[in-house]
Amino acid sequence: MIEIIDLEKSFNNQQVLKGVNLTIADREVIAIIGESGGGKSVLMKHLIGLLKPDKGKILVDGADITSISKAEFDRIRERFGVVFQGSALFDSMTVFENVAFPLREKTKLSKSEIKERALRALEDVGLKNIEGKYPSEISGGMKRRVALARALVIEPTTIFFDEPTTGLDPIILNSIHRLIINTHEKYGFTGIIISHEIPEIFDVADKVAMLYGGRIVEVGTPREIKHSKNPVVRQFITTCKEEPVEIET
Amino acid sequence: MITLLRVLGSWVIRILRMMGQMFIFLIESFSLIFVPPFKFDLLLRQIRFFGSKSIPVIALTGAFTGMVLAIQLYYTLRKFGSDALLGPAVALSLIRELGPVLSALMVTGRAGSALTAEIGIMKISEQIDVFITMALNPLRYLSVPNIVAAIIVFPLLSAIFDVVGIYGGYLVGVKLLGMSSGTYFSQMEHFLDMSDVRMGIYKSVSFGVIVAWVSCFKGFHTDDTGYGAEGVSKATTEAVVMSSILILIWDYFIGSVLL
Repeated sequence: MIEIIDLEKSFNNQQVLKGVNLTIADREVIAIIGESGGGKSVLMKHLIGLLKPDKGKILVDGADITSISKAEFDRIRERFGVVFQGSALFDSMTVFENVAFPLREKTKLSKSEIKERALRALEDVGLKNIEGKYPSEISGGMKRRVALARALVIEPTTIFFDEPTTGLDPIILNSIHRLIINTHEKYGFTGIIISHEIPEIFDVADKVAMLYGGRIVEVGTPREIKHSKNPVVRQFITTCKEEPVEIET
Repeated sequence: MITLLRVLGSWVIRILRMMGQMFIFLIESFSLIFVPPFKFDLLLRQIRFFGSKSIPVIALTGAFTGMVLAIQLYYTLRKFGSDALLGPAVALSLIRELGPVLSALMVTGRAGSALTAEIGIMKISEQIDVFITMALNPLRYLSVPNIVAAIIVFPLLSAIFDVVGIYGGYLVGVKLLGMSSGTYFSQMEHFLDMSDVRMGIYKSVSFGVIVAWVSCFKGFHTDDTGYGAEGVSKATTEAVVMSSILILIWDYFIGSVLL
């Protein structure tokens, strides 16, 4: 279980997170939605340890990752998988080398076992016969799949998705969402998805949390969020231009 | 006045912070050299990157440096009636000074800039974050192999520079200006000893560390210099300028201490 308690973060006197509180249960898929520049990615970077908060705690199975030693955090982080917004594939490695990389570096598996597991992960995300290609030779949708395969290959307990479908066409977007659902069913990971894709993300997530003004203003099932009376949530999910959120034009 | 002091103060703080970060970066990279797992495959790749790919440019620069040296020194030495000392003068200048310095400057331009750009692009495309989220230290993959490769390769490149330079000087002194080949080479043995060669090796090893260290550091801190492609371009320029300046400053320092 992941518990975020009163998390605060400022950059150059601008407070981005103003006391975020959120609990994420094991094996749950939660989508964090909110306006652009509202701090969703900042929140995720805190969860994976790329940023340190000014105040607050993040408890992963009871251990506060904001105050434990690097070695202890590394042991927790070994159970994490991350799918970055731009895929972040190593562009000097082939698709196969990218997927096999965590196994080569973090396990003592034999070459044949690594090959078998990497190919299986690629197959699980619907990719075959592209192992020898470089990231620059494949499409954006394929890159996201490879990034997911790289995250899945170590069979993590938690996977973080930072806007995994940004910039993709609706068909590929839905296929990536289906993939998250299918792989979640197969691997049973806890999924934390940062997303803008309304309403498509409601089909993927068990729970949706809305981040607004540096705080989580509403958490609920997709059905509860769809019927929320909170004006901020209503405006966001109905893409209405009127108050309370000012829309930049 | 207050504004001037504030600007000056923030500049000094920025410089001091960068120096501190660079020092910690170097210490951390050096400490990882001795801690397994060792990345021999990456080391071999970086030896090829720094070394074998730099040989043509080092040989070319070495040849012309030796030739220019021979012309200039022949002219000067003849005025004192010491033109027989052309061989040792060329060899000493190359081995003690010009070989290590010029080969380091050439490798900075060729490989150091490419290294900063490569790491910088990895930084802005979140590839370095991938290492961290996998609980791996990115320095082990991106800094350590480069520093070790540079320590191995720079003295070898400097040696190639020296040898080619000496033969460049031979070409001008013997074939063009009519010196005897025996005079050119025999005097060298007389005037050169191991301390000169050692000085060249010390210099090139330390220049190797400087180039790899500065280039890697600037790549890792690309987002301190600017955003996106502009940040990478600025970091690359800064890496080349800073490496070159540090090479020349360190050259003076080590030269005056070890003379």
